[in-house]
Amino acid sequence: MQKTIIEVKDLKKDYHVGEVTVHALRKINMQIKEGDFAAIMGTSGSGKSTMLNILGCLDKPTDGTYLLDGVNMAEMNKKQLAQLRNTKLGFIFQSYNLLPRTTALENVELPLYYNSKVKSKERRERAMHALEQVGLADRYHHMPNQLSGGQQQRVAIARSLVNDPVIILADEATGNLDTRTSYEIMELFQKLNDDGKTIAFVTHEEDIARFMKRNIVFRDGLIKTEMTVDKRHNATQLIAELPVETDIDF
Amino acid sequence: MNYINLTKIAINALNRNKFRAVLTMLGIIIGVGSVIGMLSIGEGSKQSIQSEISQMGSNMIFAMPGSMRRGGVMMGNSNAKSLTLKDVAALRKQARNLSMISPQVSTSGQAIRGNKNWPTTIYGVNGEYLDIRKYELEDGRIFTEQEINSLSKVCIVGQTVVENIFGTEVDPVGQTIRYSGIPLKVIGVLKEKGQNGMGMDQDDLILAPYTSVQRRLLAITHIQAIYASAISEDSSDAAIEEIETIIRSQHKLKDGTDDDFEVRSQAEMVSMFTSVSNNMTMLLGAIAGISLLVGGIGIMNIMFVSVTERTKEIGLRMSVGGCGTDILMQFLIEAVILSIIGGIIGILFGLLVSALATNVLSLPFIIMENAILLSFLVCSAIGVFFGWYPARKAANLNPIDAIRHE
Repeated sequence: MQKTIIEVKDLKKDYHVGEVTVHALRKINMQIKEGDFAAIMGTSGSGKSTMLNILGCLDKPTDGTYLLDGVNMAEMNKKQLAQLRNTKLGFIFQSYNLLPRTTALENVELPLYYNSKVKSKERRERAMHALEQVGLADRYHHMPNQLSGGQQQRVAIARSLVNDPVIILADEATGNLDTRTSYEIMELFQKLNDDGKTIAFVTHEEDIARFMKRNIVFRDGLIKTEMTVDKRHNATQLIAELPVETDIDF
Repeated sequence: MNYINLTKIAINALNRNKFRAVLTMLGIIIGVGSVIGMLSIGEGSKQSIQSEISQMGSNMIFAMPGSMRRGGVMMGNSNAKSLTLKDVAALRKQARNLSMISPQVSTSGQAIRGNKNWPTTIYGVNGEYLDIRKYELEDGRIFTEQEINSLSKVCIVGQTVVENIFGTEVDPVGQTIRYSGIPLKVIGVLKEKGQNGMGMDQDDLILAPYTSVQRRLLAITHIQAIYASAISEDSSDAAIEEIETIIRSQHKLKDGTDDDFEVRSQAEMVSMFTSVSNNMTMLLGAIAGISLLVGGIGIMNIMFVSVTERTKEIGLRMSVGGCGTDILMQFLIEAVILSIIGGIIGILFGLLVSALATNVLSLPFIIMENAILLSFLVCSAIGVFFGWYPARKAANLNPIDAIRHE
């Protein structure tokens, strides 16, 4: 029996905009088990981003329970939530969110700065290791503006790996990238998943969702369908099939 | 939370925005610099006035005729004839706190030699006067006792008089000048003393035996002032009291009647001018303090802008595990680092300004440790105070709002 990383029961989230109450999430029940690679899908306004914010401990549900790695999030105060994000979660954003004028290595080190148990030598080693995992070890001293979009996203992925989280939460991580680069990023995600990382990946692109093991489709604040992907894409294979482009490498 | 890590984060954040950091510090630099500069200039001018007053004489005390009351009518000071040579003799005999005493009578007139003439004041004094007033002889000698007793027509001239009626080629000693129709033989020349604290030329004078001026020039029997030196600075107050007691008994004034003379000391003048220049220093310091405050507001302003500008960064830091306190501390440490570095540069800047200004104004250059310490503490406090509010604003941001901020 696999360990349950995320367990959501009867979760609700309401927003009050003036006098109108928006039911962003109505009644969500879901589980993500260790080693899973789940796509959280849906159109804009379906509640998938709200779900990700709650899963990421950035927002609190109005009602219902959310257990992250066995910890009930409702019982946590702000500081404990920050600690949870620091030790159990890895975030990847659509727009990378790297600190400007800061080297790749220092960007990757960032989460460890907020963990006082990690000494500076260990911090450096772990950040270098994470960069190796995403294949950017030789670019560690580059600033974000010296890296391509795909490389910046790899740095962001390395940053999400550096604290060895129980789950990686990705929010439209390929949204800003072209097809080939998206596939390369998905290849990296598949590899990480093969190595045992649990990943929840928010996307609205169906072809991206097909790289994952499971698709959870949101609609109007409810889970519409939940299915296992049968003909799963293999990123390495797909990249090989892409038409050969003239390589413009700066 | 680990403060070493937070400090590193803060330093890195400042490093990424050096230009903004320098702009932020500028206000503090100017504020601290002007506080130190102004106080140093103020203190320098105070000391310069004090030293000029002390140049006027050595523990000098002087008595002048005071206002008198005749049947309820107050008489003015200038016409009073209350001081006499008997008072001088009595002081010389009885006073224990006085080392030197000289009477003074003076009048103004035209000094003439050949085809040159110059308006100046002649002071009738004795030989001790030079020491009391800190005049020194450059050439020649002072009057002898015998010359005083015999109403000799001799004089000692100041440098301004020398320049104007002798020029540079003639040795004044041994020459004769005419003053108000009376020929005076020059027996000595005074060293240059320069202007006093009030801008008066202390070299524009002629000294002659008091007897000669009193009888030959003024034809009076009283004297206009008594100059004396207290034996030490500390005995100045005692000396004033002693002079008052002795002259009162000389003038046979009953208890309860007002003095018909006034005694003033150099120490009093020092304290008067010191209080004036203290006020000046305080005024300068207050103006500089305002610029320090404005500098602090500058820090707050830029920290505020920086919180807004860095909202996304704050969101990111929160999403990777920074809690509100961490963000608060980071911004606070940034503000404190800025104000401390700004403070140190400001101190150097202030010292430079005061060194230059005191050089130009030819004042003594004084490093005021208190002002440095004070302005340093004030600017650290300003850093904390004005950094706190923007930092709190940053810390209270909702992580999702912050990370989604564009």
